[in-house]
Amino acid sequence: MKYVDEFRDRDLAATLAKAIRKEADPARHYYLMEFCGGHTHAIFRYGVQDLMPDNVTFVHGPGCPVCVLPVRRLDDAVELAERHGVILCTYGDMMRVPGTKQRSLIRAKADGADVRMVYSTADALKIARNNPDREVVFFAIGFETTTPPTAVAILQAEAEGLTNFSVFCNHVLTPAAIGHVLGSPDPRDLEKVRIDGFLGPSHVSAVIGSRPYEAGAELYRKPVVIAGFEPLDVMQSVLMLIRQINEGRNEVENQYTRVVTREGNKKAQDLVASVLELRREFEWRGLGTVPDSGLKIRDRYAAFDAEKRFEVSEKVSREVKSCECPAILRGAKKPTDCKLFGTVCTPESPMGSCMVSSEGACAAYWSYGRFRTPAKAEEAVA
Amino acid sequence: MNKMDETVSFRTGSVDMTHGGGGRAMAELIRDLFHRHLANPILDQGHDAALFDVPAGRLVLSTDGHVISPLFFPGGDIGSLAVHGTVNDVAMAGARPLYLTAGFILEEGFPLADLERIVMSMACAANEAGVPIVTGDTKVVEKGKGDGVFITTTGLGVVPDGVHIATEKARPGQAILLSGSVGDHGVAILSSRENLEFETEIHSDSAALHTLVADMVRDVPGISVLRDPTRGGLAATLNEIARAARVGMLLDEAAIPVKPDVAAACELLGLDPLYVANEGKLICLCEAADAEHLLAVMRRHPHGADAALIGEVVEDGNALVRMRTGFGGQRVVDWLAGEQLPRIC
Repeated sequence: MKYVDEFRDRDLAATLAKAIRKEADPARHYYLMEFCGGHTHAIFRYGVQDLMPDNVTFVHGPGCPVCVLPVRRLDDAVELAERHGVILCTYGDMMRVPGTKQRSLIRAKADGADVRMVYSTADALKIARNNPDREVVFFAIGFETTTPPTAVAILQAEAEGLTNFSVFCNHVLTPAAIGHVLGSPDPRDLEKVRIDGFLGPSHVSAVIGSRPYEAGAELYRKPVVIAGFEPLDVMQSVLMLIRQINEGRNEVENQYTRVVTREGNKKAQDLVASVLELRREFEWRGLGTVPDSGLKIRDRYAAFDAEKRFEVSEKVSREVKSCECPAILRGAKKPTDCKLFGTVCTPESPMGSCMVSSEGACAAYWSYGRFRTPAKAEEAVA
Repeated sequence: MNKMDETVSFRTGSVDMTHGGGGRAMAELIRDLFHRHLANPILDQGHDAALFDVPAGRLVLSTDGHVISPLFFPGGDIGSLAVHGTVNDVAMAGARPLYLTAGFILEEGFPLADLERIVMSMACAANEAGVPIVTGDTKVVEKGKGDGVFITTTGLGVVPDGVHIATEKARPGQAILLSGSVGDHGVAILSSRENLEFETEIHSDSAALHTLVADMVRDVPGISVLRDPTRGGLAATLNEIARAARVGMLLDEAAIPVKPDVAAACELLGLDPLYVANEGKLICLCEAADAEHLLAVMRRHPHGADAALIGEVVEDGNALVRMRTGFGGQRVVDWLAGEQLPRIC
């Protein structure tokens, strides 16, 4: 397939693998956090790890939109569907994430709640149009990539006078999370999380640009390379990161220049800013409460804010005990460090969100690597 | 038929509860629709049960329910699919399909014009396959209790002497052959789903494979395994075989045919074509020494023109399906968990 195969070329991969091995100093180890689940997925799907020298380790980051949503917010969504009788529209992955006591949206649906899987906010608007006598709530999750469509949906609902449509807004911000991982490490993780540099988000950066990472790179003295989601993008970015580390630079470099600019998509940014505003803080699964890391709907559009339209009860939300999703999302543990991994927790019966989403680290480990014994890089390239 | 006799209006009418009530309306529907289009000597006997002689040998019986949405899609509809699906299930035992039965569950309010279109499509598929539908049943459920129409088909077939196909016969060293490109059906269905419509030239590969199978077992009676990779795609079917026979598989990604349009659609939606459904493809395991000959036989048949050798059966106590990626690495090709979903980020 044109414009895709070029980024999955085997010979170029071998050349890059050689260059990485040449650049990597055998006297040290490189810990590189790929922030996005999309990168984790690409690394496993294409066998990128096989092409890396032994002293390059990928640390999987919290960039999986389904994974980082705290159980409390999921429980609220279940309640919206069950108690308030709304039509709850959600992206597919979210349906299977277990909430408190394993209650998921898919279970709620089986018990009669009206939960519908949508592919886009446009679908949710359509459902609202077709069901004027029902309340329709869009369960908005995701990073900056999915935020503009949510803003557009609200503006469109207002323009059309769709009074039965609202949004349960759970959008979160990437740079705040990266800053939190570096700046406020969980005391339990000291000595455990080691990060020498970041593979920065691809699609998120298409919207926000590369500039928002600059302050963090300088403050925490960690290099960032904005990396595309194709396997050659990942490999080239690894090479760029290792070079920066070797040269003691802490810059934001952009490997994904075919899509990302320093300023990003100004139009999308303005659109989001006109409809959504910063929350003082927002809870993340794994990271805890992170200041200035989430978005809420501006008062001007309160009529479309499900949190203002429906009252959800106070509740005690709990994750499955001994599920290591939180530590995995912080980069402190690997999926295989979790007792539940592959025993009681599998994609068929997930105990935590990281096993549900295709962007989750546990799902990637399980689906692409379960019992693998890593092939020697040399063999894989040969 | 005299125009005056035609009491069922296929142009404007819709299914109502009387069509399943056992009275005149039901009799008319059966006569004017099902018998008219599906006519064959056994069905025309008009009994509740079909009566026929069976040949000597091993018989195969298979049944399959069809509950798809949308009912009509590029390259087929639920009617042709219900015929092809069951013909193929019978054929995957190496058998020659003889007869089909069809059970319809109709939802009140379903347009009779659509029903007629579906039945005509079934008739056409059955005629083409040379496998008559010899008996059937119709029930009507209240509006909201069905999804337009559900069709269950059952097929009966006979296995030629000397052919013994069984999943457990997969052995390390055997070759894995695939009859053509994967993912066509699933992508065609997705492209016509209400909330995902996109313009594409992709048609479902829905087809009856029994004549291809007949050619294959005639030339290489020693074929060990035949399967059609429908739901869950190539990945699910290979995992089923691996688990049943306690063997591993090693695939070569570059050898697996995927049409460029299908690859592009999957890329856009974040799907993996290995997990996307097919309705006109088969996987065959045979001794490595037979592989080249069998491939040539398959490629001579229209439904096997793009047949390819995609990998080999290997020893593996964990029954894993692995794949050498086109990129130069290796990965496990696991079962699909739940449904394949477009990615969010």
